Amino acid sequence: MRVGLVCPYTWDVPGGVQGHIRDLAETLQSFGHDVSVITPADDEDALPEYAVSAGRAVPVPYNGSVARLCFGVLSAGRVRRWLREGGFDVVHVHEPAAPSLGLLACWAADDPLVGTFHTSISRSRAMVAAYPILQTALEKIHGRVAVSEAARRTLVEHLGGDAVLIPNGVHVGRFADAEPLPGWPGDGGAIGFLGRLDEPRKGLAVLLEAFHRVAEHRPTTRLLIAGPGDVDQVRRSLDSDIRDRITFLGRVSEQDKVRMLHSVDVYVAPNTGGESFGVVLLEAMAAGTPVVASDLDAFRTVLDGGRAGRLFPPGDSERLARVLLELLDDEAQRVQLAAAGRERVRSYDWPVVARAVVRVYETVALDLSPLAEG
Amino acid sequence: MPWWFWAIVAAIVVLTYLVATIGRLERLHARVEAARAILDSHLLRRSAVVLELAASGLLDPATSLLLATAAHRARTAAGTDREAEESALSVALRAAFDDEDGDLVALLIADPSARSLVEELEAVTTKIPLARRFHNDAVRATLAVRRHRLVRWLRLAHRFAEPTSFEMDDDPPAALARLALIRSGPHEDWPTSRPA
Repeated sequence: MRVGLVCPYTWDVPGGVQGHIRDLAETLQSFGHDVSVITPADDEDALPEYAVSAGRAVPVPYNGSVARLCFGVLSAGRVRRWLREGGFDVVHVHEPAAPSLGLLACWAADDPLVGTFHTSISRSRAMVAAYPILQTALEKIHGRVAVSEAARRTLVEHLGGDAVLIPNGVHVGRFADAEPLPGWPGDGGAIGFLGRLDEPRKGLAVLLEAFHRVAEHRPTTRLLIAGPGDVDQVRRSLDSDIRDRITFLGRVSEQDKVRMLHSVDVYVAPNTGGESFGVVLLEAMAAGTPVVASDLDAFRTVLDGGRAGRLFPPGDSERLARVLLELLDDEAQRVQLAAAGRERVRSYDWPVVARAVVRVYETVALDLSPLAEG
Repeated sequence: MPWWFWAIVAAIVVLTYLVATIGRLERLHARVEAARAILDSHLLRRSAVVLELAASGLLDPATSLLLATAAHRARTAAGTDREAEESALSVALRAAFDDEDGDLVALLIADPSARSLVEELEAVTTKIPLARRFHNDAVRATLAVRRHRLVRWLRLAHRFAEPTSFEMDDDPPAALARLALIRSGPHEDWPTSRPA
């Protein structure tokens, strides 16, 4: 079938929603569907052949933070033309409640609409004021999808109505096999972390404190950290005795991320909040690396209540240290967790997720003839 | 400005609002109708597949009879009975497929002639909850607009029948849901142990 995907955020800026749309588009194409994406873009020449630009997104303050959004007469015109020329069987709008392309597409489209809600946001006065504006556009969406329970709850509480849950996907095969980085994981055990260093909610501080304790008991265990941020500042804050046992990779490419996950014995997600999904846990599980994560709603769901990875109370570095020591000493448990993780992550593999999305398309598209499925 | 100028402005504002609201009501009722047609077609498809499976001779006679009876009752029920009979079919399917003593799904997909039927049943039983949720969501949105004071006073929704939600037990058998994973296949390239 012909599918039009609407991306609200700039394509060339890395982000969860953009990555989701890219992977969905490519998986749908591999099923034999005809896919076109409309997205804001800084560099039109860098877009893949299935994507068209709706113009540049501009940074504006929205709901308490600065977001890069795409709106205005020019963009609205381009969305309308894309819809008219596309002749889509279904139009799939991402983040339709953001004042960007998704909302414009809702206004302009007469095609069957599917809307995916990605983020969870707390209720605000501004949202209440915006409600009537959003309502008329959102009630054109025939099928609503939420990627997480948190996102679904946001939708139910703010806008009323309901959504079906279809989680984020991961290309399991891409993470399955990789050469570890030279010299890793080593004999003394290695722990991994991935995320912004200077974003407190990513919880690096919790992990560093736990690593202090782990390092006292295990003199050769090392820590591998990947992610953008001020490395020197973090390094200065460390005691000299553990400084040499921590390696910073900085921002890593997609390929090095896979290698990094294969280079450690345990992956830690010490986030203290603000996570509505946890794709990185899926990636670690797909790489066959045992996962230790904060006991947040989103993480607990992905880890199947603790069966596919270990959980610890958010922010509790002492408990984290104990779990890490236990796991590093117990190879049998690591093997068992890795196997459970791999089994769990299969239901998040993109072909499985995309097939669930296609079911939604088939449910909203009026044409009830049998459709090709991958 | 003279008073009649403001009267005309007010009339234009009210008229614009009314035209927009009528358009909105039309759109919403059309959405409910489309969603209901899709839900109906999925429900009919389900009972058809179940009847075909029951008549295929692939199942034991007791299971066949149980499923055929439930499917037939669901097909022929009318009005509010429909919700109860469709729910009963869901329960019968779970009883047949989620039997702990025998894995019916494994048995059926091993048989080439049954495989496509089971796959079709899997597809339709997972689409019904989607269709029903989208339908009920459309009903809720439509009722919200129908309840607006102006819509009631001016009887703007008068020519549309009031939509009602469709309530039923639509949980698919767990064994069928697992089929989606079997179909995606295991990842053969996974090493059995991690490289050192």
